[in-house]
Amino acid sequence: MSNRRPYVRSMDGWWKRDAYFIRYMAREVTAVFVAAYAIVLLFGLVRLAQGEAAFNGWLQYLKTPWMLVFHLIVLGTFVYHTWSWFNIMPKTMPIMFVGGKRVQPGTITGSGIAAAVVACLAVLLIVKGMHP
Amino acid sequence: MKRSNEPIFWSLFGAGGMLAALIGPALVFITGIAVPLGLIYAPDTMSYNNMLAFAQNWAGKLVMFGVVALFLWHAAHRIAILLHDFGVHAVAAVKLFSYGGAFLGTVIAGYALLAVGF
Repeated sequence: MSNRRPYVRSMDGWWKRDAYFIRYMAREVTAVFVAAYAIVLLFGLVRLAQGEAAFNGWLQYLKTPWMLVFHLIVLGTFVYHTWSWFNIMPKTMPIMFVGGKRVQPGTITGSGIAAAVVACLAVLLIVKGMHP
Repeated sequence: MKRSNEPIFWSLFGAGGMLAALIGPALVFITGIAVPLGLIYAPDTMSYNNMLAFAQNWAGKLVMFGVVALFLWHAAHRIAILLHDFGVHAVAAVKLFSYGGAFLGTVIAGYALLAVGF
């Protein structure tokens, strides 16, 4: 056995040391809410397959105050996800050139967020159009 | 050299993240807030008959399956990395929990969508 006890810097709370890490953590933690929302929808699908009474029970459950508060929080994290997703896109996608000039990060982020606004409006209107 | 399976998980992560970024806020608003509160949309928008008809349509099945499965795979990839960030280094257990969970959810979604019929 060695008697050496080298100093090892603790990694506890490493992400709180720097604003950059806090933003990283905020962005990554949205995944927990994305998973939670997907699980709520998955329950809806299972209830749908089980028949009308089961599905109506799921619909009633969505109306409970807890689920409404939950979905408000989820909505907030999804909006943050949209913003952060396109904010890091200049770094996650291959470098793009248009007319021999590199596309600026701000242009990529801006186009992505604009596309998300259009896509969200389209979904809201399509669902409205299906059941006016 | 052993081939990495990372590109598969990263593609699913990317596809789910893009789908969530593009339409996620609208979906949460409709299914979680507007319809349960009876705002904007007709009260029967998510009724059993309407959702059944949507789920029995092949395009509807594809939408429902795509949203649930890709959201799960997107979240699984990030949660696996988050667990590592928080000092959980049991790689096999982390992968079983995250990717295994997404796989299980995908199978259940597929099974439910087949069970509702065509």
